[in-house]
Amino acid sequence: MKNKKWRLGVPRALFYYYYGPWWETFFQALGAEVVVSPPTSKEIMDLGVSLAVAEACLPVKVYYGHAAWLAGQVDALFVPRLVSVEKKSFICPKLMGLPDMLRAALKPCPPIIDTTVNLARQPEEGLAAAVQGMARALGVKGSRVDLAMAAAEARYHAWLAGQQQGDSMAAADCREEEPASGVYRSSSSQGKESRDALQIGVIGHGYLIYDQYLGMDIPGKVKRLGGKVILPENLTTLQVEKACRRLPKRLYWTLGRKIMGAALYLMEQENVAGLIHLTAFGCGPDSLVGDLAERYARRRGKPFLLLTLDEHTGEAGLNTRLEAFMDMLYRRRSA
Amino acid sequence: MKVTFPHMGHLWLVLKAALEGIGLEVVVPPPCTRRTLELGVRHAPESACLPLKVNLGNFLEAKELGADTIVMAGGVGPCRIGYYAQVQREILRDIGCDYEMVVFEPPDVHFSEVWDKVKYLNRRPWQEGVRGVILAWQKACAVDSLEQELQQLRPREAKPGQADAVFQRALRELDAAGGRGEIKKIVKKAKSEMAKIPRHTSGPVLRVGIVGEIYTVLEPMVNLNIERRLGVLGVEVVRGLFLSRWINDNLFKGLLPLPGHHPEKTAPPFLNHFVGGHGWESVGDTVTFARHGCDGVIQLAPLTCMPEIVAHSVMPAVQEARGIPVMTIYLDEQTGEAGLQTRLEAFVDMLRWHKGRKAAQSF
Ligand code: SF4
Ligand code: SF4
Repeated sequence: MKNKKWRLGVPRALFYYYYGPWWETFFQALGAEVVVSPPTSKEIMDLGVSLAVAEACLPVKVYYGHAAWLAGQVDALFVPRLVSVEKKSFICPKLMGLPDMLRAALKPCPPIIDTTVNLARQPEEGLAAAVQGMARALGVKGSRVDLAMAAAEARYHAWLAGQQQGDSMAAADCREEEPASGVYRSSSSQGKESRDALQIGVIGHGYLIYDQYLGMDIPGKVKRLGGKVILPENLTTLQVEKACRRLPKRLYWTLGRKIMGAALYLMEQENVAGLIHLTAFGCGPDSLVGDLAERYARRRGKPFLLLTLDEHTGEAGLNTRLEAFMDMLYRRRSA
Repeated sequence: MKVTFPHMGHLWLVLKAALEGIGLEVVVPPPCTRRTLELGVRHAPESACLPLKVNLGNFLEAKELGADTIVMAGGVGPCRIGYYAQVQREILRDIGCDYEMVVFEPPDVHFSEVWDKVKYLNRRPWQEGVRGVILAWQKACAVDSLEQELQQLRPREAKPGQADAVFQRALRELDAAGGRGEIKKIVKKAKSEMAKIPRHTSGPVLRVGIVGEIYTVLEPMVNLNIERRLGVLGVEVVRGLFLSRWINDNLFKGLLPLPGHHPEKTAPPFLNHFVGGHGWESVGDTVTFARHGCDGVIQLAPLTCMPEIVAHSVMPAVQEARGIPVMTIYLDEQTGEAGLQTRLEAFVDMLRWHKGRKAAQSF
């Protein structure tokens, strides 16, 4: 298989929004052609909803849709088994079973590269094993792998730094061949921003916030209502982790800590007017993390809006709730 | 200090023996009822999983009986159970229900912390505490062995309910039992009483394996007494999850050499990794039950239960490859008896038809 040029499908969903640039650079450096599914659309979502069990959360259903969209046109799908991406932390049980879930649902199902990523116990060894596993799946070994990894890391860290500064918000932004038309950019397109814009923290999983169709573009909506959006990715790891350290017990979910840390940090900032938590109906970790965040916010008197998405969520209803929330914040400020 | 703990099926009987063994005054929460569930649902986050809600109800009802300290287990992921106590503590605080919480976290980092907690709770010489734990373990094994007898008897007894009556009485007696000899006597007596119950058949009946999330499998209030319902429909229930196994896996960290689950051997290629909770076991046990000639499998899970959603998602592949029908039932506070009964009857009818056809084909 050594000389084969792989057409590798990468679903634009779930952790693509956290590691997309890394994966793409890595596989391209190994000589594969990477096909990323298009941004979520009604067609993709409907496809996913029809294939997944009804009880699954919407992000997982959308992932099914992206995988199914790619299935017929690639040699293999890249669906990593994401157990853990950092020490003593997990992501979500569903991501630990995702490759198997897809194999049972996609008919016919192309080969799935399901490299296990488990950094929970020994981060360095875990990462090395995952990288070797991904390369081995493409039949590549040796120094090319190290070079590819170095390139992937470089691109990834540049992208992360950009996120923190708030100039490039979505994973999609890193794909140069696709200009980020309509993709949310905070500083460049914060045209309406005036000195008295309300600062709003929007917290939630990246694959909800940055997927404009699935997540109904909450950051964009807040902006159009005159708010200035702060996202978890705009904060530094230190800010987030430091805020989390105040919890009586360490939170063992990577995304949960991001959300909780951002919430705790932002609710203490005088100039942040309120928090919006965007979540998927039936999300396990969020049901607890979000509830705690809301409790803490309530105790501090910081307004908190919970927006829950499923395939039946109507955009009109969501807009109404968002507008009411923003109105309330404006009234609060002038009072 | 009056300690209480969350309910899970017959676990109370075991925990009570252990905690009394170290000299604590124990308040067993009232048995789970609709009221327990409603109390929990009122105060818990809407999309939290069902065990968190019911357990919160247990704490509120135990408070009414004077409990002031909660003893429970924690966890370090990947699933929600490890964070239950944190959320429940904040809820109790917000509704002004004053409790001290002693949460036992897995001792992988801080074994000394576990030690400190036991020392903090302990009121007696160590030998007595150890004796209490052994007694508790013996009770767990006794409950399990009687329950297995009960599962075989239910579909065969002439008058439904007789075996359950014997079992319930034995539970009360086990609760009061103070030593190994007494426990043995109770088990022996109950088994001989069960043996005398008139049966309408001694031949083979439909056999259905129950798999799923442990709490929904072991707590009859939450699964609306599914095993009894199946028994009345003439189905013998088998399952891989029992109290003693859960205690061994979770509290003794698998120290005792029980015949264990081996999902790593049975679940692949359908599910190739641990997924938290009992998801991997659900798939592995389904494969095992198919191999042992069960007629069908019922998977139980709280609505939104992540590991079981994974298992549910791969079940079609298991069904297809192993030819065993699987029905998944999600449970929450909305689950009604009528709806559940209808689904069970339809499933059992289908299994019976299936079995009849298979038998006809083999002639
Ligand atoms: S973390 Fe929540 S939204 Fe993400 S896959 Fe898990 S349950 Fe779904
Ligand atoms: S296994 Fe299911 S019920 Fe248990 S904590 Fe996880 S999601 Fe909740």
